[in-house]
Amino acid sequence: MKKQLQITVNGELRQALVEPYYSLLDTLRDEMQLTGTKKGCDEGDCGACTVLLNGKPVCSCLVLAHAAHDAEVTTIEGVANGLELHPVQKAFVEHGGLQCGYCTPGIILSTVGFLESGEEPSEENIKHALGGNLCRCTGYTKVIESVLVAVKATNTASQAARE
Amino acid sequence: MKRFEYLEARTVRQAISMLQRHGENSLTVAGSTDFLVRWRAGVWNPDYVINIQRVAGLSRITYSARNGLRIGALVTIRAIEQHAAVRRHYPALAAAAASFAGVQVRNLATVGGNICNASPSGDTIPALLVFGSECKIVGADGERVVALDKFFTGPGQTVLEHGELLTEIRVPVPARNTGSHYIKHSPRGAMDIATVGVASLVSLDGRGGPCSEARIALGAVAPTPIRAYSAEDSLRGQALTQDLLIAAANIARNGVRPIDDIRGSAEHRKEIVGVLTRRTLEQAFNAAASGPLTFNEQRRLTVQAAF
Repeated sequence: MKKQLQITVNGELRQALVEPYYSLLDTLRDEMQLTGTKKGCDEGDCGACTVLLNGKPVCSCLVLAHAAHDAEVTTIEGVANGLELHPVQKAFVEHGGLQCGYCTPGIILSTVGFLESGEEPSEENIKHALGGNLCRCTGYTKVIESVLVAVKATNTASQAARE
Repeated sequence: MKRFEYLEARTVRQAISMLQRHGENSLTVAGSTDFLVRWRAGVWNPDYVINIQRVAGLSRITYSARNGLRIGALVTIRAIEQHAAVRRHYPALAAAAASFAGVQVRNLATVGGNICNASPSGDTIPALLVFGSECKIVGADGERVVALDKFFTGPGQTVLEHGELLTEIRVPVPARNTGSHYIKHSPRGAMDIATVGVASLVSLDGRGGPCSEARIALGAVAPTPIRAYSAEDSLRGQALTQDLLIAAANIARNGVRPIDDIRGSAEHRKEIVGVLTRRTLEQAFNAAASGPLTFNEQRRLTVQAAF
């Protein structure tokens, strides 16, 4: 039986009436028309469906929609500030961190989650943090390069803010 | 795929009474990372799904020098990976958590779920076994404590009775001069199930002294995670040398009877048991003798090996 749920998505309180077996991913895409989040494997292997759930990266295909009732979710639609790209998005665009783009929303959200986790942004830690995101175009080299650029941009921005 | 009714419990007592009311046709979920995949595949078909994720009081992880580590069943794998006391006192457990799936799954999956699924390849289990962990189980008639090595009865099978809930994992304080490590072998560096996983623990009687305790636990080579008792016995009481560690690894290798499956042949698994037992013993021994690597140093080695 369908039940009502509410989720704050990208800062906006949204409601939906969904079956108990609905995933957060299907709720975002089919009920809230937020199709930026992609469905790849639907079993937690590819990372294309990554969103931030209460600030942490998760595979939205593995989350029961009703378990996300009252939670805060950030999808790729909520990463940019209006027309101004997030530093991570900017780095990927400028440094060739994407080709076909299907895995990109998930990789961007994993990267944003990693930068906010407070872990040392070494190349090893970046590879570890993105290990759950598959990309069949780039060969990953330019993905890692883009993240390293984003790390620098974020550090410079926060340094400027301090000064 | 069969439709189910979805219920949420807010307290342990409420979860137990829901389980009792709906009997064998109900299933407990927490992170739901295994549940949704198996439900879609038609493997699990419960009439009632009881989500315990919001049950109060089971998401805490605490460490004290007296009581050791207490991990609530709902603590996520990611929280274990990032916990300072786990990284410092239980390196094998931190390494196991860090090698578990990917960040996006570790943020959802719980240690209680990993144990109760009772997969022979569950990543946290060999690490928890070498530390001598215990499980606190609560049912309608009270609570009981079961040693983790008595918890599993077969693949997917445990001593949990219907209407019982695993609520906490207790991990004793390791002895002084103890080192430990876990290595997982899987074709992909992340989001993969272990072909073989090995955890080892070595305690020394004083920094340069003989081995006072050795424990080795193996994942994905038997119907449940197992200890390699004969290999452990060959080390206890000895002044450890590289040759002794290699000999112990060979005993572990020759003592397992794994199966052929999609992740590896029995022959391949046996070889990997030998290699990983030696490597984890070496790292555990070095850490016991001269202090542990930092978590970041350990991760660097893991990432270099995997990616």
